[in-house]
Amino acid sequence: MKSYKFRQVIKENVGINNPVFVQILGICSTLAVTNVLKNTVVMCAGLVFVTGLSNLTVSILRKYIPGRIRMMVETLIIAAYVIIVDVVFKAFIPDISRQLGPYVGLIITNCIIMGRAEAFALSNPPGLSLVDGLTSGLGYAYVLLIIAFLRELLGSGSIWGFRVLGDWWTNWNIMIMAPGAFFMLALFIWVVKGNFMKEKQGASGAPQAASAGSSPQPASAGGKS
Amino acid sequence: MTEGLFAFGVFFAAIFTNNILLTNYLGMCSFLAVSKEIKTSVGLGMAVIFVMTCTSVINWLIYYYVLVPYDIVYLRFIAFIIVIAAFVQLVELVIERLSDALYAALGIFLPLITVNCAILGASLFMVIREYTFLSGLAYGAGSGIGWAIAIIAMAGIRTKLSIRSKVPFGLTGAGITLVIAGIMALAFMGFAGMIVIT
Repeated sequence: MKSYKFRQVIKENVGINNPVFVQILGICSTLAVTNVLKNTVVMCAGLVFVTGLSNLTVSILRKYIPGRIRMMVETLIIAAYVIIVDVVFKAFIPDISRQLGPYVGLIITNCIIMGRAEAFALSNPPGLSLVDGLTSGLGYAYVLLIIAFLRELLGSGSIWGFRVLGDWWTNWNIMIMAPGAFFMLALFIWVVKGNFMKEKQGASGAPQAASAGSSPQPASAGGKS
Repeated sequence: MTEGLFAFGVFFAAIFTNNILLTNYLGMCSFLAVSKEIKTSVGLGMAVIFVMTCTSVINWLIYYYVLVPYDIVYLRFIAFIIVIAAFVQLVELVIERLSDALYAALGIFLPLITVNCAILGASLFMVIREYTFLSGLAYGAGSGIGWAIAIIAMAGIRTKLSIRSKVPFGLTGAGITLVIAGIMALAFMGFAGMIVIT
């Protein structure tokens, strides 16, 4: 029963209820750093850390937080973890920290973290909340990593700073500039929504096959029946 | 005189060449969610201009007169977010007491603003770029105006779009909004040659 619940949470957050392309939440702070893959990895690591641990903390404290000021308390918990992330980045990877600039601090206002704390951690036990936080962070991170990979590949012909495409490749400058991220994310959402999420609108078609295609998990399907 | 000129440049750059929404992607959540109607986006835009201008001034004062002298700069995230949340609450109380019309127009948007990344982002950019007081004020006001222009323009385009247009299913909602935002960002890049201040 319990492991079923965990699996359900993971499946929801990574697959069918992914925060980025289903709810379009929290792209604000991280989209800006997706022009270089390395920065995105660092940023996503910070984000997963903050999401997981703030969810855990809110869940542990959920019986002691007064209802009226719970948003404020959640914000402060998140801000405390973001300060830890910022200090660690500054100490160990100062170059990347300088490039990320204010965006590390902006993890605080990322809607996903607040949304998970509000919607999940306030009404669930700590263990489950930690898993929920980590997986919704991961579900968000992999979308951004794919975007960053494509943007760096097309925009500078390189991956992780190493040039992989030869001299014949003309860099698409638009990809490393601001509009590139908008177009890339829109295309990504189009592909995912057009191929895997038809079942919500058109009742016909093959809903089961479509959802299985997006996250093949026979084990949890068995648990449901 | 030169400082005034610099502040004016910062103000102009924040609206057009370095638009906080279209080049820094800040405030995307409310931008995608609230840009369906012109009326609501004008209300939200006005609220953002007001709050962003005031909080950048307060945060500038707190940063340079409290955090820097006591050498606790690393606490700036908490300090800024508390200032923003407290300011928004205060404004909500004052507006509710003073003017019903204003409260009806702006009141419902104020709680949304606390979690708007653009407000915190403007303060953080301001201290990272080490603006003077005047430039900080200009930057806050300019960023707010730039954000408002972007969301109002987007609302106009989306209203037109909703009347008659066949958007492919996969692009409905957020997808098409992001495409429009990308085209708007391209258009705003046309301003880039006018002023070179970061």
